[in-house]
Amino acid sequence: MSFDEIYNIALMQGFAGLSLFSVLLLMGLGLAIIFGQMGVINMAHGEFMTIGAYTIFMFSSLTETYAPGLMQAYFPVAILAAFVIAFGFGWLTEWALIRHLYKRPLDTLLATWGLSLGMQQVFRSTFGPKEVSPTLPDWLMGSWSPSEGLDIPINGLFVLALTLLVTGGVLLALYKSRWGLRVRATVANRAMANATGINTKRTDRLTYAIGCGIAGVAGAAFTTIGSTGPTSGSLYIVDAFLVVTFGGAGSLLGTVASAFGIAQTQSISEFFMTGSMAKVLTLLLIVTILMIRPQGLFASKIRR
Amino acid sequence: MLNVKDVFVAYGQSQALHGISFEANRNETVAIMGRNGMGKTTLFKSLIGVLPLKSGSIEVAGNAVHKDESYKRVAKGIAYVPQGRMIFPTLTVEENIQTGLENAKVKKVPEEIYALFPVLWDMRRRKGGNLSGGQQQQLAIARALVTDPKVLLLDEPTEGIQPSIIKDIAKALNEIRKLREITIVVSEQVLSFAMDVADRLFVIEGGRLVHESTRAETDTARIKQFLSV
Repeated sequence: MSFDEIYNIALMQGFAGLSLFSVLLLMGLGLAIIFGQMGVINMAHGEFMTIGAYTIFMFSSLTETYAPGLMQAYFPVAILAAFVIAFGFGWLTEWALIRHLYKRPLDTLLATWGLSLGMQQVFRSTFGPKEVSPTLPDWLMGSWSPSEGLDIPINGLFVLALTLLVTGGVLLALYKSRWGLRVRATVANRAMANATGINTKRTDRLTYAIGCGIAGVAGAAFTTIGSTGPTSGSLYIVDAFLVVTFGGAGSLLGTVASAFGIAQTQSISEFFMTGSMAKVLTLLLIVTILMIRPQGLFASKIRR
Repeated sequence: MLNVKDVFVAYGQSQALHGISFEANRNETVAIMGRNGMGKTTLFKSLIGVLPLKSGSIEVAGNAVHKDESYKRVAKGIAYVPQGRMIFPTLTVEENIQTGLENAKVKKVPEEIYALFPVLWDMRRRKGGNLSGGQQQQLAIARALVTDPKVLLLDEPTEGIQPSIIKDIAKALNEIRKLREITIVVSEQVLSFAMDVADRLFVIEGGRLVHESTRAETDTARIKQFLSV
C-alpha cells in the first residue's frame, strides 16, 4: 500500500468519524443542557432521537405517495418537523411526568428509562420491528472526490453542516437570548433566579423541550447515515452520556470537544482493529482521563 | 406599603417565627435588628417566598402575596437582596443585572443603575464570581433594583464587608430611597449602619419582634444590650 492510499484512507475514516461526531454531538448537546439545568438524566433521550428519525421516514413515504414531484425538496421541511414534533413530545413529557420528579433524581432515572421502554414499544407497534430507511433526495447521494481515490460522502457533509448550524444556534441562544439568560441564571442558583423574577418552572419546561427537539434533529441527521428501528436511539444513549460526562457537565464547549475526541478515536481505531476492540480502547482512554480529571475536560474558571 | 401579619414559619417540627407582624410605609426604611439565629434571615426568606409560611399574611400595596411563588412576588413589587449576596457567579455583571429585567419592557440596563454604582459599569464584562464582596453586594442591590420594586428587602447587607464600603452602601440606600420613594426593609447587626439608614428600628429575638422605636427615640444602649451575647 502506497503512502497516498494510506493518507486517503485515514482521511475517509476520519470523515466517517465526523458523521458519528455529528450525531453524538447533537445527542450530547440536548442531554447536557437538560442535565445542566435540572439535574435530570434523561434515559429516554435516545427515543426522542428515534422520533426524529421516524418523522423523516413518514415525510419521505408520504411525499413519495402523494407528491412524488416534491421528493427533492421534502428533506429540509422534514428536519424542521422532526424538531417540532420531538419538541412537542418533550414539552408534554415534562408536563406530565418529569416536573413531578425534580426533587428525586434517582426516580427520574427510573421513570425516564420506563418511558424509553414504553416509547420503543409504541414505535414497534406503529412502524413494525423491521428497520426502515427513508428515500433520500438525489442531492444527498453520491460522493465528492477532491482527488483520485478520495471519496467524501455528501450525506456526511450535509450532516456535519446541519450539526454545526444547530450547535452554533444553541450556543448563540444560550449566550445572547433571554431564554439563555434564564437558563444560565437558573443553573447558577435556582432559588435566587426565582427571586429575581424568573419563572424557573416554565424555563425548565422550555429547556427540556428544546433538548428533546435537538435530539429530534439528531434523529433526522441519523437517517442519512443509518437505518431506523425501534431501538436505534438506545444504541446511542450510552455514547451520548459518555460525551456529556467526558466533556464536563455544564460546559457546552467541553461537549463539542469530547464528542469530537470520542468519535474520532472510535472511528480511526476501528480501521486498524475490530469494532469491539476499538470500543475498548476508547473507553479505556476515557476512564484514564476521567481518573486524572474527574471534572471532565472543561470546567469553567471562577471563584466559588 | 408592606403589611406583614401574624407570620408563622417552621422548619419541620421546629418553629422559627412565632407570629411576626409589622408594617412599613412608603418612603420609609425599617431596620430589623437581632443576633444570629434569632430569625432575621428566616423572616426575609419567607417574605420573598423561598420559605413557605405556616400561617399569616403578607401584603404589598394591598395585594396579598403570601401564596405566590417568588417570581410572582417580584412582579407584584418585592425585590430581595439575600444574605451572602447570591449573585450568579458564572454570569457577567451586566447579565446579572439583566436577570432582574424579566418584567421590564426594555431589557437594557437603565443608566441610573450605573450612575448609582459606577464600579459596576467598569466591571460590566467581568464574571460576577470574580468581584470582591463589596462589589458583589452592590451588584445584588442593582439586580434587585432593576425589577422596579415597591419594597426592597436587604438581608444583612454589611456582612463581611469592610467599614469604608459599609458607609458607601448606607449612602446608596439613602440615595435610592430619595430617588424612588420606596419602602426599604433591612436586617442588620451593625447598629451604626442601621442608625444611618433606618427611620424605625425593630429588634427580633427568638422569632418574635420584642422592641420597636423610631430613630429619634432610639435608646442605643438598650438596643446594644439586645445585640450583645
